[in-house]
Amino acid sequence: MTPMDLRRTLRWGSLAGAVMVFTCAVGLFEAFEDRLLVYPFLSLGHVLLLWFLPLAGYQATNEPVLEGMEAPSKGLHNVMAGLVAGLAGGVLMGVFTVVVDAADVRDVFVRLSVRLVDLLTHGWGVPGGLVLIVGVPAMLGMAGGMLHLVSAPVRRRLILALEWALVVALLEQVFSQVLRQLRLGAVGNLIFTRRALEWWAALAIAALVALLAERARGGMGRIKGYLFAADAVRRTRNSIWSALAVLAFLVILPQLLGSLLSELLANVGLFLLMGLGLNIVVGLAGMLDLGYVAFFAVGAYTVGVLTSPISPRFDLEWSWWAALPVAILMSVVAGVLVGTPVIRMRGDYLAIVTLGFGEIVRILFLSDWLAPVFGGAQGVRNVPGIPVGVAEVRGSQPVGVLYFAFGLVLVAAWVSWALQESRLGRAWTAIREDETVAAAMGINVVRAKLNAFIVGAILAGLGGALFAAKVGSMFPSSFELLVSIIVLVVVIVGGMGNIPGVAVGAVLLIGVLGGPTQPGLLAEFAEFKLLIYGALLVFMMLRKPEGLLPSVRRSRELRGEELSQDAWLDRPSGDVEVDARPAGG
Amino acid sequence: MTARAGTLRSMPGRRGAEAMLEIGGLHKSFGGVHALAGVDLRVDEGEIVSVIGPNGAGKTSFFNVVTGLYPPDGGDIMFEGRSIVGLESSEITEAGIARTFQNVRLFLNMTVLENVMVAQHCRTRAGAFRAVLRTPFLRREEAEIETRAKEILAFFGTRLVGYRFDQPALSLSYANRRRLEIARAMATRPKLLLLDEPVAGMNPRETAELTGLIRKLRDERGLTVVVIEHDMRVVRDVSDRVIVLDHGTKIAEGSYDEVSSNEAVIEAYLGRPAEVG
Ligand SMILES: Nc1ncnc2c1ncn2[C@@H]1O[C@H](COP(=O)(O)OP(=O)(O)O)[C@@H](O)[C@H]1O
Ligand SMILES: [Mg+2]
Repeated sequence: MTPMDLRRTLRWGSLAGAVMVFTCAVGLFEAFEDRLLVYPFLSLGHVLLLWFLPLAGYQATNEPVLEGMEAPSKGLHNVMAGLVAGLAGGVLMGVFTVVVDAADVRDVFVRLSVRLVDLLTHGWGVPGGLVLIVGVPAMLGMAGGMLHLVSAPVRRRLILALEWALVVALLEQVFSQVLRQLRLGAVGNLIFTRRALEWWAALAIAALVALLAERARGGMGRIKGYLFAADAVRRTRNSIWSALAVLAFLVILPQLLGSLLSELLANVGLFLLMGLGLNIVVGLAGMLDLGYVAFFAVGAYTVGVLTSPISPRFDLEWSWWAALPVAILMSVVAGVLVGTPVIRMRGDYLAIVTLGFGEIVRILFLSDWLAPVFGGAQGVRNVPGIPVGVAEVRGSQPVGVLYFAFGLVLVAAWVSWALQESRLGRAWTAIREDETVAAAMGINVVRAKLNAFIVGAILAGLGGALFAAKVGSMFPSSFELLVSIIVLVVVIVGGMGNIPGVAVGAVLLIGVLGGPTQPGLLAEFAEFKLLIYGALLVFMMLRKPEGLLPSVRRSRELRGEELSQDAWLDRPSGDVEVDARPAGG
Repeated sequence: MTARAGTLRSMPGRRGAEAMLEIGGLHKSFGGVHALAGVDLRVDEGEIVSVIGPNGAGKTSFFNVVTGLYPPDGGDIMFEGRSIVGLESSEITEAGIARTFQNVRLFLNMTVLENVMVAQHCRTRAGAFRAVLRTPFLRREEAEIETRAKEILAFFGTRLVGYRFDQPALSLSYANRRRLEIARAMATRPKLLLLDEPVAGMNPRETAELTGLIRKLRDERGLTVVVIEHDMRVVRDVSDRVIVLDHGTKIAEGSYDEVSSNEAVIEAYLGRPAEVG
């Protein structure tokens, strides 16, 4: 029987304790303590506080099964380790509670209140409530340890079921809205009470997911088989069909979502548009541009100034469509102006200088000097919508904006894909791999990079033009550095260099968490949004630097060494394979 | 400058061919190290010239300066009668000089085929606009790039073709990486090919085969080749002429037999026999 690895167990335990203490100290627990997820007993605050414990309990004895080795035996020691880990976390949390209760630390940790102690101990006060504070984590840790006792498929189903129940509860807004649009509002009213999922409904969903999990996996496999069919003609035909299916889905989706969710998704589209543009600069051409928001601002201001009836200087009142080419042209000009001096720089230097350029552009728009044209801090207001036939696409009708955003995203996706698969795309890849060699192979590095910069600028300019019509007014404060950073995080978290990856990043971050000023699905998190962005970024950099949905090439770059070692393992003696010439050839 | 001027500058006593590469008084130093201390050299069209010399003699530096990786400190480099000093290395490649690297520098995460396709960059034209619109011109050009890449890879027999096309370069064996690097250089459609120790690390059979290929490059593809090589058998088998560098200067030049019996050459290599062959 494997003995318990005490140090490892305690490490996981104290990590769980640290997560709990952190959740309390930044105020996450208190903020969401009354937001129920599962009616009537489980709140979002408690989930945030306790989620790590089962994981720690499980990880405390999770050994990888090595090829050819005996799998480590499962038994009581797994459960014990889980218990000990949970206990360690609980003790840490207990100490924390006692300290908060006894000493006044609120000067430093403004979020720590007496109320917090009350909430944590369920009003039992310090000595009595400590039983809860230590006991509950210990139980959860043990539950995590017990996961080792069931077989892997069962474990997978359990976890999936739990995840789905929580996701449905968390995204109550989406589910009840879609149900309403499908005229199934009654079902929504039945399973949701005061924005929380009824406990029996949670159980039902979990059970359903557990039952259907394997079948869904099979379905996914079939879809993959369909999309990546071996025979090329079939593959092309299948991919045309699936593109049509996606298109149909995109057409129907806004109808299902209603205006509030359409608004959210339109923001996703806007950031996806910029994400795809930045992906060309960072992901394909390998230039870390931190001033990307500058081109977004140029696009937005150009459209604003040309179309607004109360534009500070011009009263051109052009239509959006007439202003669009000018906006694109201005983006190109800005791309060339910013790009030309910085492109010869490498790596960090380029990042810092572009960051500076981004700020300069914002400050120019803010300045008194250009205020006669751009309105200074007052900005440009009353920007009209986008005339489409007799209708007009504008912010007050999010469904229309959403369709329009979809259209632009499709264009951007096409541009990204087409460039990636072209002579220019190959040149970018080569430059990213080894700039010196790329030049020695005849690639004009400066020109290729400038091309990437310009294409990126155009896509950001398009985003700006859409933004102007959607929001109707713009101020220099809409173009803070934060926008550049968030677009970059979208690209990194999603998967640099991969179009579907960027889409996943935009949906998860902008849709669920929200953009710099735009609310997301979890509007409650607004206050903690940047904290979560930061935590996510750190986690991704440490654990999955290639992103959630990486491009094949990017994961090869990041995991290349392992791969090449494996490749060498296959043929230790160099060119063994070369003798396999066809006989009689 | 015109090709005529190049002819005027050519030294007497050589066969009448046009001077492809003509170098005079080439200097390059790194800090205190004089990697090249006044090298004069001439390569005629259709020649295979070997450059030999002990380690640190400045052979690789010579390639680096000619291909524009480093600017020379002094001297002149004329390629087909035109000075290429101060050009970007991409412009030099476009003018018709391609190279391989001593420490193989492939685009390891690109596939075998992509490595060869990307090297045709300076011979093709479709830009971003055509790529986005997928014009017939672009599609034709892409098809040509691919066909040409496959044709070049086929030059190396069956080793780099078929399923290998779509494998990342990092999955290749050492010898295949060297071959792919030559293929990539060929894809730039050079007139002059500079090979830096192309058989290093290959076994005798692979070495013999590559020796044959180097000759084929000249005989069938009409390339002029300068090859840096330590393996004396290869030098003997391929070279029309051998140039010996030591401490950044040319200490001998001539046929293999002349050079190998030259006093100065023997002295330069003495005490360092392990590095020869
Ligand atoms: N980039 C560089 N920086 C500093 N020193 C260099 C550099 N490249 C070459 N050298 C020096 O120049 C000399 C010649 O090197 P090299 O041309 O590589 O010799 P070879 O290829 O004949 O072995 C060596 O002393 C080497 O250390
Ligand atoms: Mg060398």
